[in-house]
Amino acid sequence: MSFLTLHLTSSRAVLAGLLAAGSLLAACSSDSATTATAQSERLPIQGLRRTEPTSPTDTLPDPVPAFRLTNQEGQEITNATFAGKVYVTDFFFATCPSICPKMQSELLRVYKQFEGNPNVLFLSHTIDPAHDSIPVLRDYAERLGIKNAARWHFATASHDTIFALAKAYMTAAQVDKTVQGGFAHSGAFALVDSKRRIRGVYDGMEKSQVDQLIHDLPILLKEEQEEAATAAK
Amino acid sequence: MRLGGRTAGLCYALAAGTIGVLSLSGCFTERQNEGAQLYTTHCASCHGDQGQGLERLIPPVAGTDYVARHRAELPCLIRKGLKGPLVVNGVEYNQVMPGHEDLTDSQITNLLNFLQTNWGNQNQPYTIREASELLGRCNGSDGQ
Repeated sequence: MSFLTLHLTSSRAVLAGLLAAGSLLAACSSDSATTATAQSERLPIQGLRRTEPTSPTDTLPDPVPAFRLTNQEGQEITNATFAGKVYVTDFFFATCPSICPKMQSELLRVYKQFEGNPNVLFLSHTIDPAHDSIPVLRDYAERLGIKNAARWHFATASHDTIFALAKAYMTAAQVDKTVQGGFAHSGAFALVDSKRRIRGVYDGMEKSQVDQLIHDLPILLKEEQEEAATAAK
Repeated sequence: MRLGGRTAGLCYALAAGTIGVLSLSGCFTERQNEGAQLYTTHCASCHGDQGQGLERLIPPVAGTDYVARHRAELPCLIRKGLKGPLVVNGVEYNQVMPGHEDLTDSQITNLLNFLQTNWGNQNQPYTIREASELLGRCNGSDGQ
């Protein structure tokens, strides 16, 4: 339980400390100068702890759980769809009259920024699966200018699945009949690495935070590239 | 300025309604900007901070034929919202726009006057009386 508390309250500093410890071990086998640079530029590992730790040193958050969703083209998408990629995720619904258009226009800005990069994918979950059928999602995506699901999936699943995922991605989403549209949700974007770990959470309603995401993405991509290169050796 | 007396009266009411710290000149400034402020609060999240809209999802309100052509319907559109397809600058949109029962007639007037006279729109502004009359068509006038 203490680990859970630690994690829920853990700051960037604590995570940075954990990362630094990890990097020290890595320094044994690589150039320490480059490690020092990489270390200072690494994004923290975030997320929630849902399971009991397996050992006293097992303090990292759980990875994004396994999921099975359907995208705007009717294709099944799972964690495997994002294998070897990084992705940005958010929660919305097609008829959302409040924050969604602003949020999706900000996500579109990120999407356009990484237009030519097949390693950066996008995943928007509807929190209103009863209304947002596959044709509705496809129409929404097309109207937003996303012609196919190659890089941006608009996904649906059962309510329970979506809401559990929202929690795992550190986004608040819930049914709330008192707000316009019937759902309360935050405009958070989560950045997820190829190991299913959350590496950043950004307020999609704040331009400065979305700018931070645009800044952070290449840092994560560099780390991914370096790890892939190390693994290939 | 044609409605100088009435505007000033509303102005006092507004000043009292806010924090009551506005001087007379400040008050007039506030009134002039009210439309822009209301736009930022109630419209910008969907229609964009420059009225640009969002791709083919949300229609623009800047430089649009719709704002000129549907001038008489706009007060009720703000009040009651909109559902179903509509065409703006030759592009079809189909989104739900929520209504705004929380705005007074004069706020709707100021908001629309801001839109009718900015961002490439050069249309005739409304008087509050005219806007209230137009709002009456959808039982949407609160007389304020």
